[in-house]
Amino acid sequence: MEGSAIRLSGLRKSFGETTAVAGVDLEIRDGEFFSVLGPSGSGKTTVLRLIAGFETPTEGRVELAGQEVTGLAPFERDVHTVFQDYALFPHMSVEQNVAYALKVRGVPKAERLVRARKALGEVRLEGFGRRRPAQLSGGQRQRVALARALVGRPRVLLLDEPLGALDLKLREQMQVELKALQRDVGITFVLVTHDQQEALTMSDRIAVFHRGRIEQVGTPAEIYERPATPFVASFVGTSNLLDGDIARRIVGAQGTFSVRPEKIRVLKESADSGEPEHAGVTGTVAEVVYLGDATRFLVDLDGGGRLTALQQNLETSSEDVAAYRGARVRLQWHRRHAVAVPTTD
Amino acid sequence: MAPQTRTVSTRTAGALHRRPRLRLALLLAAPLLWLAVLYLGSLTVLFVSAFWTTNSFTSEVVKVWSTDNFRELFTTPVYRQVILRSVGVALAVTVLCAVIAFPVAFWTARVARPRWRPLLVVAILTPLWASYLVKVYAWRLILSEGGLADWMLRPFGLSGPGYGLTAAVLTLTYLWLPYMILPVHTALEQLPANLFDASADLGARAGRTFRSVVLPMVLPSVAAGSVFTFSLSLGDYITVQIVGGKTQLIGNLVYSNIELNLPMAAALGTVPVVVIVLYLLAVRRTGALSSL
Repeated sequence: MEGSAIRLSGLRKSFGETTAVAGVDLEIRDGEFFSVLGPSGSGKTTVLRLIAGFETPTEGRVELAGQEVTGLAPFERDVHTVFQDYALFPHMSVEQNVAYALKVRGVPKAERLVRARKALGEVRLEGFGRRRPAQLSGGQRQRVALARALVGRPRVLLLDEPLGALDLKLREQMQVELKALQRDVGITFVLVTHDQQEALTMSDRIAVFHRGRIEQVGTPAEIYERPATPFVASFVGTSNLLDGDIARRIVGAQGTFSVRPEKIRVLKESADSGEPEHAGVTGTVAEVVYLGDATRFLVDLDGGGRLTALQQNLETSSEDVAAYRGARVRLQWHRRHAVAVPTTD
Repeated sequence: MAPQTRTVSTRTAGALHRRPRLRLALLLAAPLLWLAVLYLGSLTVLFVSAFWTTNSFTSEVVKVWSTDNFRELFTTPVYRQVILRSVGVALAVTVLCAVIAFPVAFWTARVARPRWRPLLVVAILTPLWASYLVKVYAWRLILSEGGLADWMLRPFGLSGPGYGLTAAVLTLTYLWLPYMILPVHTALEQLPANLFDASADLGARAGRTFRSVVLPMVLPSVAAGSVFTFSLSLGDYITVQIVGGKTQLIGNLVYSNIELNLPMAAALGTVPVVVIVLYLLAVRRTGALSSL
């Protein structure tokens, strides 16, 4: 399982004046759940379309399972896609939609039906085969698109923001199901998303895209705990970026540092652990945001600058946290949680 | 807020607002009157007069109920031939229009640059603004002996079809083609681009995508367009007079009977009405009428 499913080298794609993908080198392993994470316009969907073959690169190579496929048409690649808006064929029944890839390959009708029904079972849509896509809900259509792409057992499954159109509850449920499905079928999944939560939840590894380039590739923990660039630190989760004078004053070193809000304790001003591995600053609470499960504190520091801290509401309620506004507090964190972020300039 | 002044018009509007049925009746009265009296009325007169007869000496209409006209219609070989020929011409024109319209519409809807598309649609519609007679006479010139058709085919050792049935079908195809291109263009334009991507992604080449995705999704629009091409061709009698040589279609028989034997003309006139009703019933089964 350690072979490479996809290898992109020196990949570039320009549309006239604009460069969507500006030099991408990436290797995705066999059987991996890989996420391509980035804001809109970062080139992540273009990379997916280059892998699927809907676009041809301006420069560079695309390899699938060690074979170069750069110039091949989509139907010559062992890759299937789940489209953002599902792209189900409206004139076909659910069963016909799912069986389409098999029909194209000339699989006999009886076998087609059996395999389509099995695929519908895998996405828990038994008994929906006769319906038309228009008669299904958004979540069900999403499953049909998934079954249709999986039925031919491609080497790689590409998913273009597949959960974007679903409501929050359904999305969280589908995240768990997608991950379980990928484990069961053992196919390489490449998921394109702008939702960092989604990427962190499901992926084995993540590539963070920004302006057509990869900022960092790593496991969810690596990406979250050790962001390689200021962009990754601010895009994946929220983060306090300390640099310049503030970094020198608080961290005691030159450079840029990231401190995650949940790593910061909000204490009484007088409380000081006195432990050498703890860093701390004092300040005034400017804003308190009650989030239900947690509370976010925005604290203006005494020497200038502002930090965000997140506290679980273990015992506090909305009335309690409101009293914090304007209070003097001490913010404290373990020194190893102030992570140095390399900057290019 | 200023107190509302109750003018006559606001009171009337208020009264109408409270009586939706009255409102509907007032709105529909004029068009319904038109439909019932002028349109259905004349159709009824047509049907009824088809069952009258004529005094063969004076050509005067005798208002006596009889089915002689229809018996003659179905037993006289000439009438049967002309009816079959007319339906055949209408079908041929429809098939030709569909075959020509598809690639044209595919080009205007999907291949041409988006900014050119509205202009291309206008270009396709332009012939509809020209007079029908001018266009048919233009075709008479094209198909005349030594005309454009002959001249273009001569290098291949061929000659134009001359005036006759083929000429009538060609001219009618030209005349009604825009009515087929337009619905097909609209249908092709509305096909989501990602269906093409999805089909290719699942392993289908262009031919398979065309057969399994494009054609079934556009077919209702072809059927919708065929309603126009078929019924317009079936009712035409001028084109065939100008370019058809000695060819006779139903319309010509109606025209030549109208002075001498009005009831027979009426009986002939009911034939296309019945054929088109049957055609519409067949088309309805494809679901095309809901996409008109």
